[in-house]
Amino acid sequence: MHIPDGFISAPVAAVGCVVAGGSVAYAVKATKKKMGEKQIPLMGVLAAFIFAAQMLNFPIAGGTSGHFVGAALAAILLGPWRGILIMTCVLVVQCLIFQDGGLFALGVNILNMGIIASFVAYYIYRGSALFGEGRKRKLIGGGLAAWFSVVIASVACAFELAISGTVPLKIALPVMAGIHALIGIGEGLITAAVLNLIMATRADLLELQKA
Amino acid sequence: MRFKWWHGALIFALFLAVLSPLASSSPDGLERIAEDKGFMETAREAFFEAIPDYMVPGIKNEAVATILAGLIGTLLVFAIGYSLARLLKAKGEA
Repeated sequence: MHIPDGFISAPVAAVGCVVAGGSVAYAVKATKKKMGEKQIPLMGVLAAFIFAAQMLNFPIAGGTSGHFVGAALAAILLGPWRGILIMTCVLVVQCLIFQDGGLFALGVNILNMGIIASFVAYYIYRGSALFGEGRKRKLIGGGLAAWFSVVIASVACAFELAISGTVPLKIALPVMAGIHALIGIGEGLITAAVLNLIMATRADLLELQKA
Repeated sequence: MRFKWWHGALIFALFLAVLSPLASSSPDGLERIAEDKGFMETAREAFFEAIPDYMVPGIKNEAVATILAGLIGTLLVFAIGYSLARLLKAKGEA
């Protein structure tokens, strides 16, 4: 879902940069007082895992592929603000080193796959706690949160393309949401699998987002 | 140095990077729509290049070039994420 330069207009790109810049600045402020010793390696390995997993495009229907985004996993484990910081690290490296996602579109990509995806996932996951606290609830809640994070991010992307005049909303919206409803299943399964692995080995890491 | 949980996690991420040549090369969701709806050609190439297309330039074997790109990226992102968190912690305590 990395938007290259040219797909979005200059005003949309500019708004993306302002929103992303402001959010990252606030994330730095909000997280620095609460950065524990355990969070430090987790921030690094989550960013590394997300980068590597994003390279592994999996095939979905009709000669199309999708890839893991990872914002849901990061936000569930470390909270939305640290999730935004992790996604920003990944997206900046992808943009500057690998030319994946445009330089002018970087703000919009951080907005979609970092900010929107992190917050959507975090609140759906926390909301799922209303249905109980068990392991199964956490896995289902995590998987659903991940699915929604990808689908809502793709909806945001469709709006950005439409506002830019690239493709009409009535075309972009159903296709983007439709394809990402499938890609989101992969996101949900991977997120639940990683959460399951963490619960089995290091359940204490699941409590860090409350800090 | 004692082996810690996150050493294992980092090794797992590097293992995923080694698998990267197996990834599907089909267009992703956004690229698929751009092709189908005819706006793919509006994409502008970056005006700078480091490791474009996740392949280290100058290496003939595409799988090796991709694996190297994956390993470089994974380690770089780890270093940045780890250093950022350490810096934030230091600033928070200051």
